[in-house]
Amino acid sequence: MASINRAVLDLKSLDLLANRSSAIHRLDARAKVIVTLIFILCVVSYSRYELTALFPFFVFPIIMISLSGLPPLFILKKIILLCPFVIAVGIFNPVFDRETFVHLGFIEISGGWISFISILTRSILTVGAAFILLGVTGFTAVCQALESLGMPPVFAVQLLFLYRYIFVLTEESARTSRARELRSFGKKGQGISSFGSMVGHLLLRTWQRAERIHMAMLARGFTGEFHACRQSHFGTPELRFVFAWSALFIFLRLQNVPQLLGSLITRLIL
Amino acid sequence: MSHHIVEVKNLRHVYSDGTVALKDISFVITHGESVGIIGANGAGKSTLLQHLNGCLEPTGGTIHIGHTPLSKGTLPDIRRTIGMVFQDPDDQLFMPTVFDDVAFGPLNLGYSPADIEERVTEVLDLVGAGHLRDKPPYHLSGGEKKRVAIATVLSMSPDILVMDEPTNGLDPFARRQLMKLLRDFEHTRIFTSHDLDMVLELCNRVIVLHEGEVWADGPALEIFSNDKLLAECRLEKPLSMQGCPACGSDPKGSLQY
Repeated sequence: MASINRAVLDLKSLDLLANRSSAIHRLDARAKVIVTLIFILCVVSYSRYELTALFPFFVFPIIMISLSGLPPLFILKKIILLCPFVIAVGIFNPVFDRETFVHLGFIEISGGWISFISILTRSILTVGAAFILLGVTGFTAVCQALESLGMPPVFAVQLLFLYRYIFVLTEESARTSRARELRSFGKKGQGISSFGSMVGHLLLRTWQRAERIHMAMLARGFTGEFHACRQSHFGTPELRFVFAWSALFIFLRLQNVPQLLGSLITRLIL
Repeated sequence: MSHHIVEVKNLRHVYSDGTVALKDISFVITHGESVGIIGANGAGKSTLLQHLNGCLEPTGGTIHIGHTPLSKGTLPDIRRTIGMVFQDPDDQLFMPTVFDDVAFGPLNLGYSPADIEERVTEVLDLVGAGHLRDKPPYHLSGGEKKRVAIATVLSMSPDILVMDEPTNGLDPFARRQLMKLLRDFEHTRIFTSHDLDMVLELCNRVIVLHEGEVWADGPALEIFSNDKLLAECRLEKPLSMQGCPACGSDPKGSLQY
């Protein structure tokens, strides 16, 4: 359970990063959400064997991190945490797809390996971009930006509540689990069956809490509509930010820049 | 007509599983009174509070708030009149930031943005939480959460303040701070608590509940001096009225042990 606690603490620290002040932090959340979405779309739209064209996209996370002053190691650690899942998705590609794709001298690289590394690179790029977005914007602002960009308010409210109560729920489950551990004296306790009733209790408690929250909302005049009071301004800096980055992403998507550079150099040499 | 009067007549509540939580409760609380509702666990305190703003429907009897009967039609008005502070501030603080949370009620009441800004700043300063306004609720300490929870209710300018166990889980300093804050309010105040010292300090009147009935209703000092009544209702004198355990001296002149 300690690891869950730590993960939650990390989530909180990611949230605290969003309170910093930098040129990037000050931009309207919608601009950052749009740019991140375009970035992710561009990155995932490549064919499965594409690898070289992906590398120029690293310019986005690198520049965003250096401009906003986010701790790069912290973001890197978050990304590495997700790598096992990505590896699980792609690990069978090299096994099933053995056709030789590239010759590097006498080394033959199969298509499977290329697509595997491509999946890995793409995940690092997209997950990294999402973390950076959270780190420079904050979860709440991202939700509100999504809502003002057309996401149904119901989803936004759901996400906000999820985020608000995930801390309460994890603390509650950590406490319950600690209580179980302390009384099972390093053994298995009663095994899986005790976990079953624990999860059941947690669900019931969550239910009761939801009822109390609903009461608290009703007590303050909640009628089904969720108001939020936040002024945001989409001005020239935001427009410039969106246009510059999207132009770059679309250019990178349409032109394989490493290939262009390569052919330029070979032409110069020959 | 005053909005500040709470009149409960023959209130009865039976939960759906057949538990009779309130048998027959009647009392009138008038303008500006500060009333403590005390009683053992399961005496019906929380059930009673939940009736006051319509979270539960009475099985029998009536409730009037400021001469308006509590019913489905009058609920929105009554909920504005009664500010309810829940026991667990985590239930009450559900918005992303302290500011949003305090603004939640006023926004639902349709205040203008400028009014909301002013109102939120005012009540946050009042409870001494002005510096917390942009923080998310899960980054606050227990005492801070409690004060913000009170601010969320004050921002709607209620006439009557109802609080369930306000000092529960607070450290001595935070408890003092909160009590000082509550003492300065001019609202009609209704507290439930097991912190009898707080009740003694803040309330001039005490209602004792026992097994769903009102067993006593009178001035705080009088009730806390009635040993027989307290023993019957599984209560004790407030610590400040008990003898000193070290030197045996007694604040009221006679030893209580």
